[in-house]
Amino acid sequence: MSSRDVVLARVRRALADVPRGEGYEDVPVPRDYLRVHGSRTPEERVALLAERLAEYRALVHHCAEDEVHMLVMRLLAEHGTQHVLVPPGLDPSWMAAADPVRIHDRAASTARELDAVGSVVTGCAVAIAETGTIVLDGSPDQGRRRISLVPDHHICVVRVPDQVVDSVPEALERLDPVRPLTWISGPSATSDIELDRVEGVHGPRKLEVVLLSE
Amino acid sequence: MSGTYLGMPAFPAAAASSTQDARLRGNLRHATHTIRDKRAKAVAELDDWARLRAAGAAVKDRTLRHLDHYLEQLEESVTAAGGQVHWAADAAEANAIVARLVRETGEREVVKVKSMATQETGLNRALAEAGISAYETDLAELIVQLGDDLPSHILVPAIHRNRGEIRDIFREQMARWGRPAPDDLSDAPAALAEAARLHLREKFLTAKVGISGANFMVADTGTLVVVESEGNGRMCLTLPETLISVVGIEKVVPTWQDLEIFLQLLPRSSTAERMNPYTSMWTGTTDGDGPRTFHLVLLDNGRTDTLADTVGRQALRCIRCSACLNVCPVYERAGGHAYGSAYPGPIGAILTPQLRGTASELDASLPYASSLCGACYEVCPVAIDIPEVLVHLRERVVQGGRVTRRGVKTVLKPAKGHAAERAAMRAAGFAFDHPGALRAGQRLAARTRRLHPRRLPGPGRAWTDTRDLPPVPAESFRDWWRRTRGEERAK
Repeated sequence: MSSRDVVLARVRRALADVPRGEGYEDVPVPRDYLRVHGSRTPEERVALLAERLAEYRALVHHCAEDEVHMLVMRLLAEHGTQHVLVPPGLDPSWMAAADPVRIHDRAASTARELDAVGSVVTGCAVAIAETGTIVLDGSPDQGRRRISLVPDHHICVVRVPDQVVDSVPEALERLDPVRPLTWISGPSATSDIELDRVEGVHGPRKLEVVLLSE
Repeated sequence: MSGTYLGMPAFPAAAASSTQDARLRGNLRHATHTIRDKRAKAVAELDDWARLRAAGAAVKDRTLRHLDHYLEQLEESVTAAGGQVHWAADAAEANAIVARLVRETGEREVVKVKSMATQETGLNRALAEAGISAYETDLAELIVQLGDDLPSHILVPAIHRNRGEIRDIFREQMARWGRPAPDDLSDAPAALAEAARLHLREKFLTAKVGISGANFMVADTGTLVVVESEGNGRMCLTLPETLISVVGIEKVVPTWQDLEIFLQLLPRSSTAERMNPYTSMWTGTTDGDGPRTFHLVLLDNGRTDTLADTVGRQALRCIRCSACLNVCPVYERAGGHAYGSAYPGPIGAILTPQLRGTASELDASLPYASSLCGACYEVCPVAIDIPEVLVHLRERVVQGGRVTRRGVKTVLKPAKGHAAERAAMRAAGFAFDHPGALRAGQRLAARTRRLHPRRLPGPGRAWTDTRDLPPVPAESFRDWWRRTRGEERAK
């Protein structure tokens, strides 16, 4: 008997008290919890996202479509970035004014090569206002999971208000589980030493979120 | 510490020494009170918390009552997404599977994401015996590993260490495992975190195999979920070529939608945050992104035995948030090591004796490691009635009864130590029924009070094993009353 059969047989014996005819849907799950906590206009939703992100010590910037290239340039310059990672499908106009050398993430790029890069610029799939979370799903404007992880500085551009939802349930509805997903709430952090919060352990120590008005 | 829970003394003996450690108590008190206050605020923000909690408990109950169905569905989804599923009936089998899978890659080093399941199975030791070095990459787990120590908290495994101790461990031990700590390392948390960053980055960038657990596995999509803060999880889950996840069979949830409940319950209950900094979700393998090979090892190791107990079953709802540890007055004073298992605190007191059985003195003592105050039930985000299970397990320890061990139904005998406690209680009952005997005994006790030990010998030992003997007063109340008729106070 394989271990698979052993474990499944044990499970079935352990559940002798469950009536034979009971289907899994017969066990009720009350779903009367809220889909959204409070009600907001799109502007209020974006404002809440900005507030919650800032509470997690992400740096939040607002800008319009025709200024984004200048903002990205300034943020890269302020960080002193020489090389910037760019996912293949990033809107090229965002990088139009950027001085640093653009590095394209290729399948052959090793993690060590990525480690030599100062910053990364990505888009996002969805952002959650209530929790201050941005979600990346590996689409062409976001790239592989590793590129938003290894460099020390991540600039993430969120299109507002379209990409912003209120809550976790609304975000899950929009996401495709088949894609690899990374949810990011503020920069990397630890509280393992006497519960003192320290930003930046292994992921980017600096997270800048650009809220791009359409 | 020797880095293993094997052969640890029973809870009362371990707690008797740990409660005397003033520094440990100070560290613990600070940490547990800080988290519990923050948690209360984070929870109060959601006015549907009670409904989320009820939904979370119900989803887990549905899963547990039809676990065979959901495990088969999960296996199918993971396999269809390009993963390989392995089943392990116990710890030894899980460790052997992982060791074999690592060996097949030709690698001798692995990086690990913090995982309760592999702590439970003692995977690191098993890998070491197979010639494989496993590096813990969570900061607290790194502190524990470098210090040849054991975790003492589910969420903050090095909660018993303060910054000075951590600096000393880093200075003395980092060089043994890789990049040494900087010479001028201070005890500032930021400096210590930076030292860990530099030390571990070498490992992340070269590791070919990663090992993780998972917080949730979604049956209908085959998605695995890991929540964390530091990014070490993301490193281990995405940079290596091979990923091996060892996950308890109770971690499955039926649908993608169910995550909306648990992703609200878990962060607020554990780190008291609206959301933890990083959550990773992956479904099998993805071309060009992340590991090319993904293995899922489904672990039983006593979970089906726990499932067979209709009262104790609810312990399998646990999502390992550690809220119960932070409110527990017993945990706060005794610390996590006294529980002698990867699962300390109230949840450990009911989970460990079910996973491992109550045959050892330690495991039989765990259901007594509680004052039954009920605070753990109040905070539990999936409404596990821990006091109910504690009382149920005490009954089992004292009276024996029908249990399932390794899938086989068997009848448990009453535990030995408790016969002595019952005898002591009978003796006490006799004394209270016979005032003359009680008076004589009290006078004798008062006159010999300087000679009293903190623990009783003989049949009374069982009682004082779990309690310090109270000091006997110089004069009994009865004698004082007889002498004064209460006049001193009445004046």
